[in-house]
Amino acid sequence: MSAPPSVLYDAPGPKALRRHRVIAVVSVLVFVLLAALAAVRLNSTGQFEADRWAPLYWPGDDSFPSVWNQIRIGIQNTLLAAALAIVFSLILGTVLTTLRLLLGRYSRLPLVLVAEVLRGAPVVILIFFAARVLPQFGVNLSQLWYLVIGLTAYNFVVIGEILRAGVAALPRGQREAGLAIGLTPRQAVLLIQMPQSFRLMLPALISQLVVIVKDTSLAAVVLIGPQELLNTGRRIEGFLDNPLQTYMLIAILYIIINSLLGRLAVFTEDRLSRARGQGSGDDDAAVPAGRSGADAPAGTT
Amino acid sequence: MDVLVDNFDLFVGGFLGSLRIIAYSLVGSLVLGAILAMMRVSPVAPLRQFGSGYVSVVRNSPLTVMLFFTAFVLPELGFNRPFFQLGVIGLSLYTAAFVCEAIRSGINAVPDGQAEAARAIGLTFSQSLGSVVMPQALRTVVPPLGSVVIAMMKNSAIVGAFGVGGDLYSVGSRLTSAQGFAALPVLTGVLLGYLAITLPTAAILSRIEEKVAIVR
Repeated sequence: MSAPPSVLYDAPGPKALRRHRVIAVVSVLVFVLLAALAAVRLNSTGQFEADRWAPLYWPGDDSFPSVWNQIRIGIQNTLLAAALAIVFSLILGTVLTTLRLLLGRYSRLPLVLVAEVLRGAPVVILIFFAARVLPQFGVNLSQLWYLVIGLTAYNFVVIGEILRAGVAALPRGQREAGLAIGLTPRQAVLLIQMPQSFRLMLPALISQLVVIVKDTSLAAVVLIGPQELLNTGRRIEGFLDNPLQTYMLIAILYIIINSLLGRLAVFTEDRLSRARGQGSGDDDAAVPAGRSGADAPAGTT
Repeated sequence: MDVLVDNFDLFVGGFLGSLRIIAYSLVGSLVLGAILAMMRVSPVAPLRQFGSGYVSVVRNSPLTVMLFFTAFVLPELGFNRPFFQLGVIGLSLYTAAFVCEAIRSGINAVPDGQAEAARAIGLTFSQSLGSVVMPQALRTVVPPLGSVVIAMMKNSAIVGAFGVGGDLYSVGSRLTSAQGFAALPVLTGVLLGYLAITLPTAAILSRIEEKVAIVR
């Protein structure tokens, strides 16, 4: 595997290649050494014992069916919560952005204020808020709904920002052409600007879905009960007494779900840039500018 | 609203506790992230692969899972430390992947022509790196790195939710569940505490951004 083109260094000559090879060998040795040390530690604490792993992968094990049945339910609930949260966030985010575009500078101030507060708050606090405050006002829902409400409260603002960035990225002429053919400003926003913004920002919206899937796991620390994926893992681990193995499996499941979504985001990005006639052969296609820019702030939560 | 006034010192203590988590994690994640970024742009293939493997694993799994590993699995392996340290380790390991990506995107954003021009006028490798490439890369890094840092500050609440104790989240949790105060005022106080951390940081970052902005 050759080094990617980089502004940091020239193509290496024979001497540099030799040096790189030495560093490569040394670093591989260091990684192997670290892995060996870890393996020794794992072995001495009994992590390789078969009965810690068997219920997770061996269909003949007594616990296998119930473990995987629980995991199936966990995945369903995680995906359900994420799906509900993204749908509500999309609806509210669209409303928020549309209002922000249509209202005057002063009448949209309260909206901006609410958006800023929700965006500056940790999601985990918002979920906690939903679970604690709503019951005190007589709204009693299942725990999964508190999760969905908390996630929506944060993510509709983020999605609103993504859509606003999409509108801002459109050529000025789009809106002007709409107004020129006699659309009202409201029609121009609803019929011309927002639809194009959705299309433009589709990859960023999918990336935000990854964040939402990840954040559903917050239920495991804040709420009592909703059997989403991580809480399921917690329950299985409490039963089998194998935290390392179970959480590893849970992490792998999250990684599979999210890398599929990530791949979908890259795929739509490619499709879109090809549709715009830019071609996907250039270097930027690998790291779509819109996506990396848009998911940097959001992708971290 | 009396809760806020009566327990003001508790809130201040929680605020400082959160700042403590944030400060340690900031240092940890910036150092680790910079090391990972160096690995990812290095010409040595194994280092590069390790870096990108780490980033793709961490970015696709929730912080909560990472914290479950550091808080529940590490002690199982004989690594017994206070919860505070385990939480900070988890948050740093997680945030490092995002710091790495921010730094790498900054380095990649420097046009090739800049380095080529630097070589063309006869600058050595370290000169071109030090006075042409890095200054531009660092400026481009400010906005994405800033969002990573702000997200980390908000994520410190998750560390608190693990029961570190003494941070804003745990103050809110204790007052509402154990002592049974009305949730709305308490949690509003907690929220204000977090906003008092994130909003000034955002303001400072955008000042820095303006100062170092370059016209391309």
